[in-house]
Amino acid sequence: MALNRKIAYIDLSTGKIETKPIPVEVRRKFLGGRGLDAYLLYNHTKKGVDSLGPKNTLIVSGGILTATCASATARTHVMAKSPLTNLLGSCNMGGFFAPELAWAGFHHLVIKGKAKKPVYLWIHNGEIEIRDAASLWGLTTTETQWAIRKELDDEDIKSMVIGPAGENLVRFANVMTGIKNSGGRTGMGAVMGSKNLKAIAARGTMDIKIAHPIDALEFNKRFIDQITSAKVNQTQGTLGTPFIWGATNSWGGVRTRNFQYNQCEYADDIEPERIDEICTETMGPHHMTGCFGCQVHCRAKYKIPTGPYAGKYDEGPEYTSQGAFGGEPDCKSAETVLTGNHLVNQWGVDNLEIGSIIAWAMELYELGILTSKDTDGLELRFGNDEALLEMVRRICFREGWLGDTLADGGIPASEKIGKNSFDYLIQVKGMNNLHSDERATPGLALNIATASRGSDHLRSRPAIDLYHLPEAVLRKIYSNPVPYDGPLSSEHTEYIGKPWQVFWQENCYMAVDCLGICKYHTTFLGATLPNFEDWPKVLYYNTGLEFTPKDIWDIAERCNNIERLFNLREGLTRDDLKKGDTLNHRYFDEPCLRGAPDVIGAKIDRKKFKKMVDEFYVHHGWDKNGVPTPETLKRLGLDQEPSHLL
Amino acid sequence: MEKVLKIDYQKCTGCRLCELVCSVSHHGVSNPARSRIKVVKWEAEGLYVPMTCQQCEDAPCISVCPVKATSRDENDGFVVIDYEKCIGCRSCVTVCPFGARNYSTIDKVVLKCDLCGGDPQCARFCEVKAVDFISADRLSQSKKKDAAKRLSTAQKAAATLYPE
Repeated sequence: MALNRKIAYIDLSTGKIETKPIPVEVRRKFLGGRGLDAYLLYNHTKKGVDSLGPKNTLIVSGGILTATCASATARTHVMAKSPLTNLLGSCNMGGFFAPELAWAGFHHLVIKGKAKKPVYLWIHNGEIEIRDAASLWGLTTTETQWAIRKELDDEDIKSMVIGPAGENLVRFANVMTGIKNSGGRTGMGAVMGSKNLKAIAARGTMDIKIAHPIDALEFNKRFIDQITSAKVNQTQGTLGTPFIWGATNSWGGVRTRNFQYNQCEYADDIEPERIDEICTETMGPHHMTGCFGCQVHCRAKYKIPTGPYAGKYDEGPEYTSQGAFGGEPDCKSAETVLTGNHLVNQWGVDNLEIGSIIAWAMELYELGILTSKDTDGLELRFGNDEALLEMVRRICFREGWLGDTLADGGIPASEKIGKNSFDYLIQVKGMNNLHSDERATPGLALNIATASRGSDHLRSRPAIDLYHLPEAVLRKIYSNPVPYDGPLSSEHTEYIGKPWQVFWQENCYMAVDCLGICKYHTTFLGATLPNFEDWPKVLYYNTGLEFTPKDIWDIAERCNNIERLFNLREGLTRDDLKKGDTLNHRYFDEPCLRGAPDVIGAKIDRKKFKKMVDEFYVHHGWDKNGVPTPETLKRLGLDQEPSHLL
Repeated sequence: MEKVLKIDYQKCTGCRLCELVCSVSHHGVSNPARSRIKVVKWEAEGLYVPMTCQQCEDAPCISVCPVKATSRDENDGFVVIDYEKCIGCRSCVTVCPFGARNYSTIDKVVLKCDLCGGDPQCARFCEVKAVDFISADRLSQSKKKDAAKRLSTAQKAAATLYPE
């Protein structure tokens, strides 16, 4: 059964490997996936460890429902202290790795120490082996996965790997599985690189016994019908996430030219419909592909149509790639977006961070803060496609002064570049923002300012804000499983009620991450998708564990608080521009210049924003500084942490 | 009316839900190693092909079975294994032109698609209908339609090129 999946402790310095069962009491407190990862990270690292040193702990996991008969449970979660932010490092990816890990007998891997030379882990039916990776070092992410399959002579091996960027300790290097599934944010690839760990390969044929198979099967069918009946998922299943870019760009909700504008004009070549056309031309009419057991199939397959990489196969490009290689640097060619997406996938780096940091460097160059001496002669101007792609290469391989500088992340780079370069860096807690523009949506602005892993759109985004649902509908969603009768507003430009929405979504997404399910299968972009009342059923049918919706809410709250405790231990302070719950001044000082009438002129009101944060803390049971009160910790059973139950 | 599994690999998104539901419905466990259908993948080309028993009319697995454990079910028309007779020699695995016969190292038996007794779960769960369960006489209908469409489009184009 899913509950007999184990946890493995692997010390790369000594080669010692220990496996343990995960007690049911621990499951009841933290479920699995991201929540249990957070507990393990808090318990297995000491305050102030060097994020790229051997004492940082890398945790890899699948959710409690991963590989069971529950729809779309393919998510792999990775956690460690982040080399980019020096706070919580955390990323989540789809694909096929986590289910394979579960069939191989494990739900959580806790990796400590540092190997003397490059190694990879081979996990097969309950056994774990540390193997030599000398021949893999230097290979791209796809080459590495193929080479492992060849070496171990098994086509069905799934591996989670790093590319050259991770090896070169680029502080926002990602971890990858498959062609394009990436755990992008917070630089988990650099942590793997710092441990000399090139890959984790898994293959398993161990049964996961389903507690109530017939019910689980039938409930899954119901789930699937619910998920595929949502219009948003039907759109995702045809156009993929680029459809979001199409919608928000036409409205004026994407950032371009590093926050100077909020709309990419005359960009027909990178609109979702054009990308869909290219996918159809190169891969045929059925060009969508999915993660394990998923009916949304939101990523497209394509071949790069023209240019030096013509004919290369890849998957995506996601919403973030459109922003990173289109909107942000103000490049408007599909070839650039598709090529950029291909390069970051192959070299293993976070597309969002690299696009954002290059756009920042472009603005600095245009302002004269960076000169052609710094760029080794590269004309790093907005709209220069060649310079953009060249910079991607220089960062991944740490080439030249600027490539090496930017590879260390925004804040260290701003300190090295000096002058007032930091003022132009659009970041929260040291992580650059997504290319979306939240000035017209205070709720979403609060979300990115307070997310536990730095600026983030997948931690607590009340994205249904933009649908203007009737207030009665909002109340139905946001009053469950915990009653809420405070203010709510279906107006996206409002400030009232938003802190509760962000708080509610934070718990909702945490629950989803603990279960191992994808966020498109909950109240993220669609209001009718599965929710707290559905998860107890799916948990019971698959694992036999009984929970109420409120239990799951409490677990989510507990896990969110553990993440908060970790961040506070590492120095998070509320108003710190580099480590706190606040936003770049441009959000408050510079109004939106483009877009729809409700967007033009919009900016965030400092006073109201501060009040939102206050309220958000109150909902959490945190004090004015964002620190959980003793009562809150006691209520959630966290007053004895670190408790070392595992 | 005889119904068959129709596989349209172009529609397959590679999600492998068919493998999952096959193993859960037959064994009560999630384990693709026990599935009777398998999605064969060329990931670097984006090509996925679900492979399963075709219930061949002239089935080599029936001919080759030394103990007559494999036969055609007279009521439903699909090929079945009698595990009372099966000796696990794997001759059928060897001769199957599609590799659709699996040998389960867990149970030490040969496994193959039994169409779930007439309600194949793989087809029921496949949203994109890469695996579908349809009557045998309609097997090529959609292909005919596609081809006809191409033909008519070509003729229309030709008419535009050479007006009367």
